[in-house]
Amino acid sequence: MLELLWLIPILPFISFLVLVLIGSRLSRTGAATIGVGAIGISALVSLLVGFSFMSSPPTGNAFSQTLWKWMEVGNFKPGITFHLDALSLLMTLVVTVVGFLIHLYSTEYMSDEDGYSRFFAYMNLFVGSMLTLVLADNLILLYLGWEGVGLCSYLLIGFWYKDPANGLAARKAFTITRVGDTAMAIGLFLLFAHLGTLNLHGDGGILALAKSQWLEGSGIAVAAAVLLLGGALGKSGQLPLQTWLPDAMAGPTPVSALIHAATMVTAGVYLIARTYVLFELAPSVQFAVALIGTITLFVAGCSALTQRDMKRVLAYSTISQIGYMFLALGVGAWSAAMFHFMTHAFFKALLFLGAGVVILALHHEQDIFKMGGLRRELPVTSKTFVIGAAALAGFPFITAGFYSKDLILWKVWSAHQPWLYLVGLGGALLTALYSFRLVFVAFFGEAKGHVVKKPGAFMKIPLTILAALAIIGGLIELPHAWGNWQPFSNFLESAFPLTASVEHGGHSKAAAELTLQGIAVVVSIVGIALAYVFFLRNRTSVEGVARSSVGSVVHRFWFAGWGFDWLYEVVFVQPVVWAARINKNDFIDFIYRLFAGIIQIFHFILCLTQTGRVRWYAVGIAFGAIVIVAMVVFS
Amino acid sequence: MASVSMEHGLILAGILFALGLIGVLVRRNIIFILMSIEVMLNASGLAFVVAGSKWGTADGQVMFIFILTMAAAEVAVGLALVLQLYHRFKTLDVDAASRMRG
Repeated sequence: MLELLWLIPILPFISFLVLVLIGSRLSRTGAATIGVGAIGISALVSLLVGFSFMSSPPTGNAFSQTLWKWMEVGNFKPGITFHLDALSLLMTLVVTVVGFLIHLYSTEYMSDEDGYSRFFAYMNLFVGSMLTLVLADNLILLYLGWEGVGLCSYLLIGFWYKDPANGLAARKAFTITRVGDTAMAIGLFLLFAHLGTLNLHGDGGILALAKSQWLEGSGIAVAAAVLLLGGALGKSGQLPLQTWLPDAMAGPTPVSALIHAATMVTAGVYLIARTYVLFELAPSVQFAVALIGTITLFVAGCSALTQRDMKRVLAYSTISQIGYMFLALGVGAWSAAMFHFMTHAFFKALLFLGAGVVILALHHEQDIFKMGGLRRELPVTSKTFVIGAAALAGFPFITAGFYSKDLILWKVWSAHQPWLYLVGLGGALLTALYSFRLVFVAFFGEAKGHVVKKPGAFMKIPLTILAALAIIGGLIELPHAWGNWQPFSNFLESAFPLTASVEHGGHSKAAAELTLQGIAVVVSIVGIALAYVFFLRNRTSVEGVARSSVGSVVHRFWFAGWGFDWLYEVVFVQPVVWAARINKNDFIDFIYRLFAGIIQIFHFILCLTQTGRVRWYAVGIAFGAIVIVAMVVFS
Repeated sequence: MASVSMEHGLILAGILFALGLIGVLVRRNIIFILMSIEVMLNASGLAFVVAGSKWGTADGQVMFIFILTMAAAEVAVGLALVLQLYHRFKTLDVDAASRMRG
């Protein structure tokens, strides 16, 4: 069964090619069948492969498959090699299964749009690139997938290219992630220069080599980790490269669900988890990861609280939740980060798809304050949306988000980082507040908008399945204090070091864990209750706060994402534009202009001889002949 | 056979050639221009023949036959152009067809 691994990334690529080449001649049903079918088969194959991987693990808990040798330059021989271990299997399953559900949903969501087959072609290319990224055996192949998903992100944000604002958002996303990608590329050069290979695994892979050759905290290890972290920050929308993600919501909603919530933006988390050895060798950088995650989750949480646009709330919430994953990575809780990645993929995709239904139902209205009372008109959507929001808010015991977020906070506490823990807890309160603000404002209260389109089966089925996953997804990893049921971490243990993932504590540890859980329960409930009071019961009070002098300043500051856009505009964009304008007439340009000018003058002179009168041309010929004869005769 | 000296022959060829050239330059009627070109061609042919007779070789006459052939081809193309010109402009004045400039 494991030999089928290569089919998983190849199928979306084939379907992409088919759609690109003959997509315009296919009917809508045909394009959708190919686009969704390929991902569906890919998901089935990955389920089969995953089942066989779990039931009879291959030797070393990893399986490699080399398709062909990519290139050969001296000692540098990267292959098109796919590597399946617990971590990449988890990513593959999430990408294909969630991707399939979102594709299914898109068939209906995009049904009224132009460029139907183009949409599916891009989406398939994205899934193929993402699978290449997660299954890559060496960092070069990973980088290929990394750039591939960046390209698809650009193409899909600008999918409605007729509106210049969408193109601008796409360019912004591409440019800002490029800052991180450049750092990552330099990191790859550095790794290759020092270790002579970019293969990840095995005895000759960079993970093993770095561990044996580099000292902990040495300059080279720190540099490599910092550069890789730069790439991760850009892709995952973490501070200070987070400004592109809210604008990326210009794309169609399924795109936001698939790329900018569930999969691509977590590529940074995956990268750090994949190269965890480098981060363990550079503890200062690892602490920076935790710190950045903490600051990001708080900053983005505050911004999410003030947004009016439904998708922007979810975008900031995505940034904030990825902040949690970075926090977990920063304290070495690798499996906790991946656990939150999985549950986040379920409930955030669910929330985005639910938002898509609402946006379509209200004829592309995205302002939550123009919604309201949707619960009566869109029952399935609102129920599933509430489930998603509850999972996001970490509603205790029944939602997946509770287990994953609780695990992260517990790991942070047991890593002796009380300050990070407190900020994380504050972030949890914010999360509960903004997620239920969204629910109460949009789905409860009096109806304001008029529902023009109800979702069909293809939209409801993915919503229901994702809602189910958002609930049961958390049950595969229970807190240690509750007993010995951690199949998720045990499974991931084969890919990560034992020390960081499990700490079998004594009685006091269990008591501490239960106490912290109690706190998390209280925080989540309080957040939801506050949202109920402020945004459903008594909205005037919170509007009063927002209108007071201090409140309005803070509100505007948070609404604008803490002024990062303004800062970058002033610090980077304007100086570059200014320098470009000044430099437009520099010396080198002057030289080239001079050449062009001289040639232009000759051109004009020669033009004058072209009178169109045949007899003048004859004069020219005769005169030329006389000159030549004279030269021959008299020389 | 009383031979004509080479100088006389060449002077005659030069006069003919100059007459042809002047005809090309001053005439506006395209038919006359073509005829003047014929005169120039024949002048150069005469120069070849005179030079050939001077050195006693057949090369000059070979060249003259070659020039005849070329002149025939030139006239064929030229007359076709004349027809086209007349068809377009309803005149044989070459200066009327001066729009193809620049």
